[in-house]
Amino acid sequence: MADSKDFIAGVDSNAKKSPRRIVFITRRTSAQVKAETEDQIQTFPEVLFRAAVAVMTLAVVLVWIALLFNAPLEGLADPSHTPNPAKAPWYFLGLQEMLHYFPPVVAGVLVPGLVVMALIVIPYFKVNIEADGLFLKDRQKRRRIFYIVAGALSIFLFLFKVYAALVPTLIMTGLMLLAAQSSLQSPSAFRRYLAARPLSYWVMTWFLFELVVLTAIGTFFRGPGWSWVWPWQGS
Amino acid sequence: MAKTADQHFNDLRGTRIWRSIFRSGTGSSTLKRALAIQQNVFLHLFSTKVRTRMLSFSATWYLGTLTLGTFLILVATGIPLMFYYHPSVPQAYADTKDLQFVVSSGLFLRNLHRWSAHAMVFLVFAHMFKVFYRGAYRAPREFNWVIGVVLLLITLLLSYTGYLLPWDQLAYWAITVGSNIASAVPMIGDKIHFLLLGGNAVNANALLRFYVLHCMILPLAAMFFVAIHFWRIRKDGGLYAHSSEPAVVRAQAAGVQPPTASRGGETGSTPVDAKEAQ
Repeated sequence: MADSKDFIAGVDSNAKKSPRRIVFITRRTSAQVKAETEDQIQTFPEVLFRAAVAVMTLAVVLVWIALLFNAPLEGLADPSHTPNPAKAPWYFLGLQEMLHYFPPVVAGVLVPGLVVMALIVIPYFKVNIEADGLFLKDRQKRRRIFYIVAGALSIFLFLFKVYAALVPTLIMTGLMLLAAQSSLQSPSAFRRYLAARPLSYWVMTWFLFELVVLTAIGTFFRGPGWSWVWPWQGS
Repeated sequence: MAKTADQHFNDLRGTRIWRSIFRSGTGSSTLKRALAIQQNVFLHLFSTKVRTRMLSFSATWYLGTLTLGTFLILVATGIPLMFYYHPSVPQAYADTKDLQFVVSSGLFLRNLHRWSAHAMVFLVFAHMFKVFYRGAYRAPREFNWVIGVVLLLITLLLSYTGYLLPWDQLAYWAITVGSNIASAVPMIGDKIHFLLLGGNAVNANALLRFYVLHCMILPLAAMFFVAIHFWRIRKDGGLYAHSSEPAVVRAQAAGVQPPTASRGGETGSTPVDAKEAQ
């Protein structure tokens, strides 16, 4: 960008093939900016080869698992005999755990509906695109909102005795409190990291935490009548 | 002088029959390598070039590739399983038993299908979180993220409908528990429940519906959206790499302090910029 000219002019000389065109490219238009400065590699064969190796490694692992562990198969379906507990597939056990605490319309319809909606709208919010640290701007105001939201959520979960969801919420709240007291100039690398986390990071990490905890509880810690059992107690 | 395997392969690529099948032709110049991708109906969904940095394991953990891998394994094992399976009551259970004890490698096929299905659900979730934490949903990739959410739901439905097919106690009651949730939808809950099961309880109609959804409709829907998902990666400027984003490159070229990586911030990138990169 050393030249002082503000534009480049060119003439397409191949008049036989195309009508004569004169092009002006000003410095500000993207046409002059070379967006790709990085090393690139041909997809064929290098990338395809790596993808094939990745898939084959996965296949080998899954074949070993299939050879060593048999898929479960119980007795013939019997509508007159309900097993206790009757469990959904593992990826729905987080939901089933929620159903234990809340009415079906909340846990089975409202919550999953809101989760899907929230996932879809993530890229359409400017706050997620800019991704500034949550407490870096308007610190006082944002802290106040955070205290109210986290407090209300915790009290709500406590009143409904949803301790399984309350514990991850409290841990995340603790981390966010630390983030709210930290800045990008903090001497601790961990606190600098926390201070730079944007809102979407906190919400998604909280969701991931709840998902893992609730699914694990539903899978390993629930026995007859959805009562709490330890995995080593058997059923 | 004996020819190497490479030369034999090159000769093969030069034959008339090979040339009639693959449009890209022989040679290993950059152009020919690009054509090998671009002139193939399946491979043209991908870019001809990929940023070298994005090949490293840490960039993507190969989660998208591995998810596709599980899908391919599921198709490959699912078709032979269909050969031995009748979606009727109680024949479905007897067929599953036969697969377990009578059919050659039937047990292995069913095991592989089942564990791959679990792996696919897990990998789809992992892929989603990895993409989120990389910030790869940013413009112009917003809609590809939405397609990804659709694919997540299709994957869950695929796994859920497949869960009923063995027609054992585990399958029956898991689907009963799951489908009862549909009844909780206000106003039209019972209608949805009835539509899903073809009855008021899990029965032979439900088995047939789940079978058709599992073997026909949902796999086709998955392939349809997967094709768009891959194609959009190419059209949106390849795998997301923060430092290669047009706004960041522009800022660097102008000698401005680029947005720091920790912020992951990048604004003002337009779809035009990304298309240009293609």
